[in-house]
Amino acid sequence: MPKKALEGVKVLELCQLVAGPYCTKLLADLGAEVVKIEKPGYGDEARKTPPFFHDMPDPERSGLFLYLNTNKLGITLNVATATGKDIFQELVKEADILVEDNPPQWMKEQGLDYESLQEINPRLIMTSITPFGQTGPYRDYQAYPLNVFQSGGEGYLTPGGVENVDRPPLKVGEFVVEYDSGLSAAIAILAALYWRRKSGVGQWIDISKQESLMALNRLDMVRSANEGEVITRAKQGVPYGGALPCKDGYTIFITWESVQWDRLVAFMGDPEWANDDKFRDYAGRFKHGELLNALLTEWLMNHTEEELYHKGQAAGVPFAMVYTSKDLVDSAHLKAREFFVEINHPKTGKVKYPSAPYKFSETPWQVTRPAPLLGEHNEEIFIRRLGHRQEELAKLGTAGVI
Amino acid sequence: MDSLAGVRILDFTRYAAGPQITLLLAFMGAEVIKVESRVAVDHFRRAEAAVVFGSVRAAADCFNSLNVNKRSIALNLTIAEGVELAKKLVQLSDVVVDNFRAGVMDKLGLGYPVLREIKPDIIMLSASSHGSTGPESRYIAYAVTMGALSGLSEITGYAGGPPVIMRSSADLRPGTTAAFAILAALNYHQETGEGQFIDFSAREALSCGIGEIIMDYTMNGRVRSRNGNRDDIMAPHNCYRCKGEDKWVSIAISNDEEWAALSRAMGNPAWTKEERFSDQFSRWQYQEELDELIEAWTINYTHYEVMEMLQRAGVAAAPSFSNEELFHDPHCRERECFTPVQHPEEGELYVLAPPWRFSATPAKVTGPAPLLGEHNEYVFGELLGMPEEEISRLVAEKILY
Repeated sequence: MPKKALEGVKVLELCQLVAGPYCTKLLADLGAEVVKIEKPGYGDEARKTPPFFHDMPDPERSGLFLYLNTNKLGITLNVATATGKDIFQELVKEADILVEDNPPQWMKEQGLDYESLQEINPRLIMTSITPFGQTGPYRDYQAYPLNVFQSGGEGYLTPGGVENVDRPPLKVGEFVVEYDSGLSAAIAILAALYWRRKSGVGQWIDISKQESLMALNRLDMVRSANEGEVITRAKQGVPYGGALPCKDGYTIFITWESVQWDRLVAFMGDPEWANDDKFRDYAGRFKHGELLNALLTEWLMNHTEEELYHKGQAAGVPFAMVYTSKDLVDSAHLKAREFFVEINHPKTGKVKYPSAPYKFSETPWQVTRPAPLLGEHNEEIFIRRLGHRQEELAKLGTAGVI
Repeated sequence: MDSLAGVRILDFTRYAAGPQITLLLAFMGAEVIKVESRVAVDHFRRAEAAVVFGSVRAAADCFNSLNVNKRSIALNLTIAEGVELAKKLVQLSDVVVDNFRAGVMDKLGLGYPVLREIKPDIIMLSASSHGSTGPESRYIAYAVTMGALSGLSEITGYAGGPPVIMRSSADLRPGTTAAFAILAALNYHQETGEGQFIDFSAREALSCGIGEIIMDYTMNGRVRSRNGNRDDIMAPHNCYRCKGEDKWVSIAISNDEEWAALSRAMGNPAWTKEERFSDQFSRWQYQEELDELIEAWTINYTHYEVMEMLQRAGVAAAPSFSNEELFHDPHCRERECFTPVQHPEEGELYVLAPPWRFSATPAKVTGPAPLLGEHNEYVFGELLGMPEEEISRLVAEKILY
């Protein structure tokens, strides 16, 4: 067995959908033991969310759920019941980390806030992930991923470089801001864990999804704050290049450095127009971006995406292709890097999943089990770990506790 | 208390993705030494950046926002003695980070096999666009091109419109992911005393954020493309024009209860009772018509007013905030999302505060981004214990340059 970076770290997850589960998936995939707590009945909302394997809606066949919950143990527990709380506290006693994504105040109403939990486990690192954080006027506001994304400043600038702002701001991807927030929380958790090994002391971490997204757009944020610059969708984008039409679709390129522009000109076979004074330096090309794009497009239309990407790169120009999910899976480069891994799950058989963008020389990312079935590890956790009796399980089940 | 107190990071990164990695660690108290030189200046310090960002001050502002809390040395790595000095610094460091194209650190004589010889437990992360292996490992990339290669551009945009190119966040997202990887390695080092090498690919990091889109293909063969703001299940689910210039509010409804609450908040207009809007599936099918009707209501109010009215009713609604609005927004003010720092050349500059609130070890902004070579004396004098004359010689010979 290869070594695991987070071997022995015990995580409790009381989360649904994307942000919280992605946070603990990041930890589980590096070897932490994650016990995912789901509501008895249907469990995590992600189980109801498409895409479903073969488009068959089934709580065990959601691709979103399967992707976000690899390597975890799954139990059902209603922490809102008195017995459920007792069992939850037993689990907290043994945990290093608790990640929860309930609305602010909810844990407190349940008597399960950090103040109470740290009394039974002072080493606990508790992390709360919410749309707007635990404080401030918006803390209790409802927000789905679309709302969070728009509240974080990136939506207002998407899509960039349009002619006017008549059409609405857009989301990027699907659950992008949720992934961002889970990642941000995972960073804070590992820093707190690092400190705890030295100090022995746990703590509470407040993660705001809005701020997680703002942190990724800091370059735009500070220009508004300090230069008073009003950035809009119409003003943004790249001065020239970007996404331009080519023979069979769109090609993407950008020439940040002058030497790359020179290479692009050579790559195009040194057309006369390219040597015009207007385009001689970066400032000139920036200023005449529109004209330049028109001239470039004329040439690009004679070439395919694939040709431009690989031949352009060979010529030292940063070209790219607009990859679809199929292109990603077919990519020779990603195949060579084994970016996609096959994971076997009882309800889907083998399916390819994205792995991770990091290759550790000593402690590789690895999948040792697929996402849990609902309540799959109830016996393992409640009986073998916590010492409850087998006959109690049935009683707890009918009582709606597990 | 700082959670990463005592961790020293030798930082060879530049542009945006790399500096974001070490910025996050510096927020938590790691000592980050940025290795720069006049022979290879960080692009954000160059004249081109001033053109791109509109002014010298704007470029300095962007650089500052990515490099607060760090120290800078001006070390010329094109000279052998410069490389030797870098190696001495590796011996005093816990982590080395670079975001050169694959192979560049090796060419400089600072590849992982060399560094491991001189510091066996070093953690080294090389963050390139495509990773250090594979047929495209030497390809050049920026946020715009990585965003396209990751699959994000394909699924972002208006239905039938062109793919959308990604912004600088497509650099900072991978940077953030790389910081996570370093922290995992630091925790492992703390337990076992072992270092390691991490080969990091930025475009793969972006692809990890569209797992469900990829799974739809690998499970069902379905290739997803641009579809505006639409959701698979929710409707209404869009941004709606409000009073004012280019002002929008996002509204998302996932069930009948929320729909009833939205209808009530709008004053229960007759059209909300129409049969085509009577259940979630039907609303989804008629969402275009629905969008027009909702917008005819939102246009009468500011986006703040719509947010307040709808949130009071329990409906998920939030403005599409501009950056300027966020800077002045009462919620962000109360949570102190922006922090001022005193920049030696530009005066007071706001930067974004760390995005986490730790109860015991608050992450913080401790000082502005360094000037190029600002900490030569501290690093070479104090840390390496070199006498002043020796440092002067290095300056004269353009090794500290």
